[in-house]
Amino acid sequence: MGMGGPPPAKIHDAGRTLRQLLGRLRPELPLIAIVVLLGTGSVVLSVIGPKIIGNATNVIFDGIVGKMLPAGLTKEQAIALLQAHGKGQIAQMVSGMNVTPGVGIDFTALGQILLLAVAVYLFASVLMWAQGYLMAGVAQRTVYAMRRDVEAKLSRLPLKYFDSHPHGDVLSRVTNDVDNISTTLQQGLSQIVTSVLTVVGVLAMMLWISWLLALIALVTVPLSVVVTLLIARRSQRQFAAQWKWTGSLNGHVEEMHTGHALVQAFGRRARAREIFDEHNQKLYEASFRAQFLSGIIQPAIQFLANLNYVAIAVIGGYRVATGTMTLGDVQAFIQYSRQFTMPIMQIAGQMNLLQSGLASAERVFELLDAEEESSDVDTGARLGDVTGEVALEHVNFRYEPDKPLIDDFNLQVLPGQTVAIVGPTGAGKTTIVNLLMRFYDIDSGRIRVDKVNTAEIPRDEVRRAFGMVLQDTWLFAGTIRDNIAYGKEGATEEEVVAAAQAAHVDSFVRTLQKGYDTVLDEDASDLSSGQRQLLTIARAFLADPGILILDEATSNVDTRTEVLIQKAMAQLRRGRTSFVIAHRLSTIRNADTIVVMDGGKIVEQGSHAELLRREGFYYRLYNSQFTEAWSAEGNGQAPAAASHAPARA
Amino acid sequence: MLIRLLRAYARPYAREIGIVVVLVVIQSIGNLYLPNLNADIINNGVAKGDLTYIWRTGAVMLGITLVLGVIAVGGVYWASLASMGVGRDLRGAVFGSVQDFSAREMNRFGTPSLITRNTNDVQQIQLFLQIALTMMVSAPIMAVGGVIMALREDVQLSAVLVVVIPALAAIVAFMFVSAVPLFRSLQVKIDRINQVLREQIMGVRVIRAFIRAGYEDRRFEQANYDLTSTALRVNRIFVIAFPAVLAVMNLTTVAILWFGGHLVDSGQMPIGNMTAFLQYILQILMSLMMAIALVILVPRAEASSARLQEVVTATPSIEEPADTVQPSQLTGVVELRNVTFGYPGGEKPVLHNVDFRLPPGQTTAIIGGTGSGKTTLLNLIPRFFDVSEGGLLVDGVDVRKQSLEHLWGRLGIVPQRAYLFSGTVATNLRFGNEGATDEELWHALGVAQARDFVEAMAGGLAAPIDQGGTNVSGGQRQRLAIARALVKRPGIYLFDDCFSALDAGTDARLRAALRADTRDATVLIVAQRVSTIMHADRIIVLDEGRVEGIGTHAELMATCEPYREIVDSQLGEAAVA
Repeated sequence: MGMGGPPPAKIHDAGRTLRQLLGRLRPELPLIAIVVLLGTGSVVLSVIGPKIIGNATNVIFDGIVGKMLPAGLTKEQAIALLQAHGKGQIAQMVSGMNVTPGVGIDFTALGQILLLAVAVYLFASVLMWAQGYLMAGVAQRTVYAMRRDVEAKLSRLPLKYFDSHPHGDVLSRVTNDVDNISTTLQQGLSQIVTSVLTVVGVLAMMLWISWLLALIALVTVPLSVVVTLLIARRSQRQFAAQWKWTGSLNGHVEEMHTGHALVQAFGRRARAREIFDEHNQKLYEASFRAQFLSGIIQPAIQFLANLNYVAIAVIGGYRVATGTMTLGDVQAFIQYSRQFTMPIMQIAGQMNLLQSGLASAERVFELLDAEEESSDVDTGARLGDVTGEVALEHVNFRYEPDKPLIDDFNLQVLPGQTVAIVGPTGAGKTTIVNLLMRFYDIDSGRIRVDKVNTAEIPRDEVRRAFGMVLQDTWLFAGTIRDNIAYGKEGATEEEVVAAAQAAHVDSFVRTLQKGYDTVLDEDASDLSSGQRQLLTIARAFLADPGILILDEATSNVDTRTEVLIQKAMAQLRRGRTSFVIAHRLSTIRNADTIVVMDGGKIVEQGSHAELLRREGFYYRLYNSQFTEAWSAEGNGQAPAAASHAPARA
Repeated sequence: MLIRLLRAYARPYAREIGIVVVLVVIQSIGNLYLPNLNADIINNGVAKGDLTYIWRTGAVMLGITLVLGVIAVGGVYWASLASMGVGRDLRGAVFGSVQDFSAREMNRFGTPSLITRNTNDVQQIQLFLQIALTMMVSAPIMAVGGVIMALREDVQLSAVLVVVIPALAAIVAFMFVSAVPLFRSLQVKIDRINQVLREQIMGVRVIRAFIRAGYEDRRFEQANYDLTSTALRVNRIFVIAFPAVLAVMNLTTVAILWFGGHLVDSGQMPIGNMTAFLQYILQILMSLMMAIALVILVPRAEASSARLQEVVTATPSIEEPADTVQPSQLTGVVELRNVTFGYPGGEKPVLHNVDFRLPPGQTTAIIGGTGSGKTTLLNLIPRFFDVSEGGLLVDGVDVRKQSLEHLWGRLGIVPQRAYLFSGTVATNLRFGNEGATDEELWHALGVAQARDFVEAMAGGLAAPIDQGGTNVSGGQRQRLAIARALVKRPGIYLFDDCFSALDAGTDARLRAALRADTRDATVLIVAQRVSTIMHADRIIVLDEGRVEGIGTHAELMATCEPYREIVDSQLGEAAVA
């Protein structure tokens, strides 16, 4: 039944994952033991129940038959009497019963038996409830701890992990997979124990009551399993097809919706609809087949159960009539056989659940086992008030060992100086940021801030010295105030407002209905990219760092906001050492040092004048990209060499 | 909401649903009849020692069982036809509805949400319908039938039901009242924790740069604690249900044996009837339990149907008039007459009294900062939005009077964000003109300065393009989007800031080629970069939705202060890359 989940994910090492999962459950082991005990208790009681009820039926039936026989006789005499009257059949039956001729139902005995049944059943339910109650705690606490560990792990993973894994994949591990484990623990584990115990217990009771009937019941069990497997295998194939078509339909829908205006304006609606209908029809066919096939499992099992019921009714009735079995036992047996197929079906479902849970667990453990950032070296040195002197000495760095990137890079920056990092898009300008902030560790050489080697102090201490405004303006779901206050632990209201004023965003915020209490939604889509940028600048103002890292790119920002951003950035830079990923000529020309990057590598460094004189990469870059705008200014400032500058795309 | 949706979309499947209901009724009656036969076996066979009666009745039971099996499979067959068919039709309806959406509705819903609705929500409805048809229909029949049969067996003993059914109803009500709201709040908390984690992953650099891992830990801890305690409450309520129902069922059995025993003893009821009675009671309770399980599905299906209904019933804000007016002459003139435009709910209009005329054979450029209303203005021409006041005429006829397909056929649009569709270079280029020859494609590529890189791509025109065009660079994407519009050969071109990813040289060459190729057409270019538009025949300066000046570069430099400001800010500090 059901729609069938996505095709079950493959598990690479189920044993190892299971061990790891059990390891996580270790703190809960005493409780789990109690859960298992309670489960066992409730199963045993539920299994005994029908037998007790059967005994009650027997007492009733004994009474009925007893009443029909003349009083005063012993059971043997009564049987002889019946045989003498040619009622051998009934005589046989009576011989198998506990009958006192002439005496009706023994209500004292019946009452006692039924009271026992009440006690057993109530106790079974209480135990079952207690088991579920405790297991909920076990599951939720375990998942709580797992979530906590995963989150903590995120802050210990090196940046490299985030850069080399798709964000969606990491996110899916820490959310969907953890949720899936939660479901598995809550529903799967305790039920599997219960189901297996029930199957064993019921089987034992059935064998005890009548091995012949048990045999009949057992024939239908493998039959049910085989039928289920046969159908399930076919329906699984259809479910896979259903998923495939869902995927292709979604792909089409996504594309048509994303390019909605184009589809309309280019007159493609009819064609888009045709393709949609094709996919939709295929999806319908596959899902119909999947639904139908998986849907007939239930009636098939029901049919087998009914067959079983008929067989037990007939053969049981025959045996009661021939005195080889009591009516109560037949009744108990019918109940047992009904209890038997259900847990078997459940086990199949739980195995699926367990499998998908283990696959999720494996993915989560992979994350938890991922290599962490090297631990901080702490020589006790501290940066204190940063003057902003930065020195890169013989720095070597590669993202991948076999791809040379930065070799023997040297750079001396005095307090208050500006370093411009330039290069075409994709030149790897953020690499320098990564190294300065120790998002990545250099392979050899030294980076010193105020003469202190940054490798010899905790990373947080290094980062405290820097303020960063990136193009990727990260804001979180929260108020504008919280987002600005992010720059400094425990910032006061005055500090937040002052920072906003410095970043020229205060007046904008005040135009909003709720001002600083405006809650930004997750992607802060209610702000323009320029406004977002200003907020992140305010954040950096608040942090008041000794050294700045700025990404100047201001694409998609309107002219007015751009002016504000430039002003704010200039103000922020005042008196601070800054590393600027530069896009404006003024910044570049006024920089103390320009670091030119291409293809991930540093290809040149020097002042604007030096680099132009060298007529190297910077010279060509500068000419190809500024010529047009330059000549447009019409004031004859275009470099003389512009005419033979090679064009660069 | 659910009912309304089902009533509309299940109607075409009335026949299938009718068959399912009939089959389920037969099946339920059959299932109810089996214990009756079993009672007969005990009363007439076992109690009287009549073996042939036992065998004969057994054979009848077997026959019924077989028929029931076949009927059940039939029920699943028609139920699947109906529920999956409803799903298919719903998907088609949602897609069809969205196809007619204007930009306003697209923005309101958003693509990801529309996709979720088209898959997950439809699936919820399908699942609900399937289960409703196969199980929910049988539950009341079994319950009512069970009560009738129980009464038939013995009226006095049926008094037990008076106690049992309310007890069970109380359990169901408790579950429903306490668990359903908790389920909703659980979902909110799951969303919250996912949000925090998403932010931590996306913002990892900022978090580390500002050393706020501790703050993030506390934020997460709060969310995690909230989620865990809610989940614990939900689960602890949930684990009450099954034991409670089981207890009620078992106690009922005991009660029947006790009271039934007395009835049997006093000869008021044969023992076989008591056994049958027991089975009826269990059947009633089982169907009620099934109903509990199904009731849990209702809120989810409700929510899904509300979300679907919202899309299906959304009326596009842009609709064609019943009688469209065909322009008598395709002059290519675009005219804005005193146009004012504001987004619904927006306080201030985005465009104020914009009034100009675009003649064919001329290139007109619009410049202005973000928020000045450039793109909005451009989007009014294809009627992605309608003007609030004033009029907008294409080919001399108000766009609101024209057929949309006709209007769109006249326009060649290149949007700001160049979007390509999965397929090949050729299928993308032919997007607006299926019949274009390869020569025409190459010509358009030549004009768009895209010929060189397409030639260099493996497969040339047949080179594959990924969804969105992610396998080519931003600049290449823009040039292919321009070529796509050129292949269409429209009378009016609308270029929305689509030269931004091109380097200055390519930009200049492209504009030169474009000028030659679109000589007779009406061309409107929106741009942020002055260098892109300063050679246009006319430049319209837009600032905060108002036209601040119209003229050539030289004229505007002389007369228009806002224009000079823009030029100064850009060329005084020309941008790199």
